[in-house]
Amino acid sequence: MARAVTPQKKALWTVLAWIVGLIIFFPILWIILTSFKTEATAIADPPVWFFFDWTTENYGIVQDRSDYFRFLWNSVILSVGSTAVGILIAVPAAWSMAFVPGRRTKDILMWMLSTKMLPAVGVLFPIVLIAKWLNMYDSYILLIGVLTLINLPIIVWMLYTYFKEIPVDILEAARMDGATLRSEILYILTPMAIPGIASTVLLNIILAWNEAFWTLNLTTVSAAPLTKFIASYSSPEGLFFAKLSAASTMAIAPILILGWFSQKQLVRGLTFGAVK
Amino acid sequence: MTTTIRALLGASALCAVGTLAAAQEGTVTIATVNNGDMIRMQGLTDDFTAQYPDITLEWVTLEENVLRQNVTTDIATGGGQYDVITIGTYEVPIWGANDWLVSLDEGMAEDWNSSDILPAIAGGLTVDGTLYAAPFYGESSMVMYRTDLMEQAGLEMPDAPTWDFIRQAAEAMTDEEAEIYGICLRGKAGWGENMAFLTAMGNSFGARWFDEDWNAQFDSEAWANTLNFYLDLMTNYGPPGAANNGFNENLALFQQGKCGMWIDATVAASFVTNPTDSTVADSVGFALAPDNGLGKRGNWLWAWSLAIPSSSDNVDAAKAFISWATGQGYTELVASEEGWANVPPGTRTSLYENEEYLAAAPFAQMTLDSINAADPTNPAVDPVPYTGVQFVAIPEFAGIGTQVGQQFSAALAGQMTAEEALASAQEITTDEMEAAGY
Repeated sequence: MARAVTPQKKALWTVLAWIVGLIIFFPILWIILTSFKTEATAIADPPVWFFFDWTTENYGIVQDRSDYFRFLWNSVILSVGSTAVGILIAVPAAWSMAFVPGRRTKDILMWMLSTKMLPAVGVLFPIVLIAKWLNMYDSYILLIGVLTLINLPIIVWMLYTYFKEIPVDILEAARMDGATLRSEILYILTPMAIPGIASTVLLNIILAWNEAFWTLNLTTVSAAPLTKFIASYSSPEGLFFAKLSAASTMAIAPILILGWFSQKQLVRGLTFGAVK
Repeated sequence: MTTTIRALLGASALCAVGTLAAAQEGTVTIATVNNGDMIRMQGLTDDFTAQYPDITLEWVTLEENVLRQNVTTDIATGGGQYDVITIGTYEVPIWGANDWLVSLDEGMAEDWNSSDILPAIAGGLTVDGTLYAAPFYGESSMVMYRTDLMEQAGLEMPDAPTWDFIRQAAEAMTDEEAEIYGICLRGKAGWGENMAFLTAMGNSFGARWFDEDWNAQFDSEAWANTLNFYLDLMTNYGPPGAANNGFNENLALFQQGKCGMWIDATVAASFVTNPTDSTVADSVGFALAPDNGLGKRGNWLWAWSLAIPSSSDNVDAAKAFISWATGQGYTELVASEEGWANVPPGTRTSLYENEEYLAAAPFAQMTLDSINAADPTNPAVDPVPYTGVQFVAIPEFAGIGTQVGQQFSAALAGQMTAEEALASAQEITTDEMEAAGY
């Protein structure tokens, strides 16, 4: 029997949810507001909220100084590319772990996760030397490879959890009807796991988009994504907060829009999936 | 026969010209920091490409710490990603000694005059007589103060104040109710943050990082005097939350009229006197960094310089670019495009002999005097085994300096006493230096 929810309780939870939402959203709102201020207004004390002379000059300056669309294009290629490669590897891996687990499956899953525990800087030099040896420094292939590898444990874990929810009986029924392994994964498992795969894809794109250690250290010009674009506006000697905010707004806008349109899948994936 | 010789000579000359042209072409990738002067240079590169149409410039602008990590990784692995790098006075002696940089003694443009570089700056960029980097802009530190508040307090700032005067003035100018604090100084932890200031201040108090046998000196009376004076000054007359304040935070406070005095980089002078951003632009005065009568002032010396990593495969084109960016011609270019006040300061003697510059930049003479007052090879009152005014030019310093900076920042935040911070600094430095084999 469902629990009765009184209107008062509902209102209370709604207000609470809005407050939490606004607190979480506040830094982004502040960045967006600051991007429309002059440098002098940006550091005003007490802070100026909405009533100032709104200006778009920071966006003009940023666009003049940096080729935003080149950075944006690189971000799209790296995040979508690494997610696509990751999914291609992770779907069969998660399938085998979920439906034909071996004695060591749990250990392998834990081991995969343990690779996330190593501080990235610990392997910076070996990776740079390998990149140099392969002559792939500042290339899409290198970055897609590295981003795939660092996010693969999360993709496999998420997909594994979704696949575990699918009743084995359905797959067995398909096998009884003569489905091969390939058609079982392609036509039975994947369609049923679409919401899970979609949220995994979305989350992975966001993680790859925001990754700011490897993308800063393994690129110079050709493959440099938006993280490098933002880093070029931070200055220890000079107050350029308004320009930095404009650059940040431009960098997060695409992923914010993507997140807005796909929030249903994201929420469903996150609440029903790996972190339920 | 003569015709044949002539033909051969002509062919050789053509080959030579061809080789020179071939040498000055290609793509030069430049790693730089996001400072006002660097951004201005980026905007003026059309002038360079008009002179060298076969050279393409690629800019990689990064935040200082990201740049340092990026460039260090590249240079240490021989990555060869960059042809020109922007580095500071701390890196040049270490990297030059490691043969990581290309010598600039030869191959620069003919009109690029190295003898015009300010001796104090050139000294910091030279290793064993070889110049490894060309200064783009140089800076020291000095006192910036509010002339109106000083007048209200009934005091007059001397050109070369003592620390005691600074304390007296800070006390007189502080008005907490009006949110005006007598003095703003760096408190944020970091070897290039609070330790840059405190190391330079320590020099004027007779303190030093190491004795001649590389023994840490934080247990000395001179360091106790330095830290106690700093904490007393900041606790009584500094702004709240000063332990989090670096250059930018203090710049914002000063521009909003909340600091009576601010001792920091000379490059700040152009910001605080700019009426677009600063509310106190018309009432700022300058003075040399304070001293205690011991023969050393509390000012530092820094230069952002351009160098060529030895892994670059485009050295000739890189030298052509550095000659353009750090030559006298560039100074004149900036002056004609954006006015003399925006010329990168602190690198060339000729700039400080230029009447137009001296008239346009009220802080020019004080900047020059501050730079000349710093001696990187003999920074402290007592002899030291290292070079560097506000740093120690050894690879281990960045790590040690930041850890010691955390102790001093914690003392400023009231989390430990000055004695505890100094004891901790002594222990950290001794341990790290022993581990490094000193």
